[in-house]
Amino acid sequence: MRRYLVRRFLMMFPTLFGVALFIFVLIRLLPGDIVQLRMAGEGGFVSEEAMQQERQRLGLDRSIGRQFVDWMKGLTRLDLGLSMWTGRPVTYEIGIRFQLSLQIAIMATLIAIALALPLGTIAALYQDRWPDYAVRVFSIAGLAMPSFWLGILILLGFLIAFHWTPPMVYVPFWVDPWGNLSQLIWPALATGYRYSAVATRMTRSAVLEVLREDYIRTARAKGIRRKLILTRHALKNAMLPVVTVIGLEFAFLIGGLVVTEQVFNLNGLGKLFVDAVTQYDYTMVQGLVLLVAFVFILSNFVVDLLYAWLDPRIRYR
Amino acid sequence: MADVALPALDVEEAALAHGPARRALAAMWRFARRKPLGFAGVAVVIVMVLTAVLAPVVAPYDPLATDYGAMFAPPDARHWLGTDSFGRDVLSRIIFGSRTALLVGFGASVVGATAGLIIGTASGYFGGRIDMIVQRILDVFLSFPLIVLALAVVAILGTGTFKVILAILVPMVPRAARVCRATALSVRESPYVDAARACGYGHVRIILRHMVPNVIPPYLIVLTAFLGQAILLEASLSYLGLGVQEPTPAWGLMLQGGAAEYAESAPWIPIFPGLAISLAVFAFNLFGDSLRDALDPKLRTL
Repeated sequence: MRRYLVRRFLMMFPTLFGVALFIFVLIRLLPGDIVQLRMAGEGGFVSEEAMQQERQRLGLDRSIGRQFVDWMKGLTRLDLGLSMWTGRPVTYEIGIRFQLSLQIAIMATLIAIALALPLGTIAALYQDRWPDYAVRVFSIAGLAMPSFWLGILILLGFLIAFHWTPPMVYVPFWVDPWGNLSQLIWPALATGYRYSAVATRMTRSAVLEVLREDYIRTARAKGIRRKLILTRHALKNAMLPVVTVIGLEFAFLIGGLVVTEQVFNLNGLGKLFVDAVTQYDYTMVQGLVLLVAFVFILSNFVVDLLYAWLDPRIRYR
Repeated sequence: MADVALPALDVEEAALAHGPARRALAAMWRFARRKPLGFAGVAVVIVMVLTAVLAPVVAPYDPLATDYGAMFAPPDARHWLGTDSFGRDVLSRIIFGSRTALLVGFGASVVGATAGLIIGTASGYFGGRIDMIVQRILDVFLSFPLIVLALAVVAILGTGTFKVILAILVPMVPRAARVCRATALSVRESPYVDAARACGYGHVRIILRHMVPNVIPPYLIVLTAFLGQAILLEASLSYLGLGVQEPTPAWGLMLQGGAAEYAESAPWIPIFPGLAISLAVFAFNLFGDSLRDALDPKLRTL
């Protein structure tokens, strides 16, 4: 068990290295030079000399191998280089936005769990009757609706009904909990709905499957009350696949934030990423891509750990 | 139960007597009765495809024609779904937008899933070291959410309709490859692959002629599951301004460009394109779900 986990943990690094190499090399190999795009993009004539100077300033005049080694060296000190747009360290730009995105992600997860567990269980218990259909329509709609459109609809609803918009300026939770929540609950809801749709589907099918197991029939035959069977026997065993989906979707949540933050005009990691892409800020793009891959791989690892912890039958070798 | 089964039998018998057209009709009828949701999905998809093909005939206006006398016109008899900030007809733009959505959706899914099919099947066929290396490379691509990898590709290639198709299909390849490889591993052990090898056929022939046809069911499942996702992804990228570019009509693009700012005075601008996206994705999901049920009941989750 421990050996498996150690190996599994160590396997994360080659993958991350592959991610770093892939994004770094591709950005530099493909035609279209950042300096040219940026300087010529503003219109007007730019001398070759000025461009060469800019390349030198950004460190783009050196060989790709050299640049990569430098980047990797910095990485060991958790230094991702300087943003090509603002000139400030990439880690600083990420740091000031991290809290906001993390809070939305956690809130969206809580919303998803709070919706998915009861709804999925109800749907399974009333299979093919109207509560089941209602839940299924609710979750299929969640998969089909783009989260940014849901966000727009939420804003629109408040505007039309109350002539109110959520506050625009971010305040940390411990400074003004009410102001903080009234700003961030809406983007969390918009992203959490889709998330809950996936988790609801999973909960429903997991509970349905467990209810068909022999031990449920045994428990029923023993005359145990339905409520006890459901909580002690069924739900506990149905949680395994649900935890997996929630864990895996947490990583996808970062993707959802990219769009939602744009709708609500929040200055988080998602907006930082979109801005970096539009501004050809390559150090920022590669830093963020690496961060996302890290979170993604790490959450897969945590799901594996949870799995072993929740189901004692699972023994990794 | 019996009275449900009887008419179906009649239809089948009639079909046997009256050739292929009747038989196709009978098959459709059976599908509609057994899988009403899947049938509804297919119906919407067909309507969408027809709308996209016949867009110039169906659309009441030119989707690019601006009419500054009728900016922000609310829905009425002239403009059924109103006009946008340039006085362009929203309905016509949604109709022409279906072309973009379907082109990107089908283009990205078909190419992405097919590339994944070939890579996954070959990887499963060769096994050993090649398989391991391919799997590690796929792991790298699988360690991003779809949209993040798509955005990374956009960062490299730039925007525009065909680049968006490329950006969306890149993250789909490893996902399709992983699923197809799993099936290919079991297909490889089957006697007919051994027989083909004994006949001295080359690797390419065995992979394409003997393995790929047997990996088709999971391939189709993955392909249809991608369709809805690709449309959603295109809408997201276009909404961010990093996908299809103006003035091409695209649903995601219609939600951008201050749609939220005008929301209070002209709510039809953000509402209808979003409905179109949701309906399209909904239909493709239903279609994909019912196809999955038909091809592989084990994978059923809803």
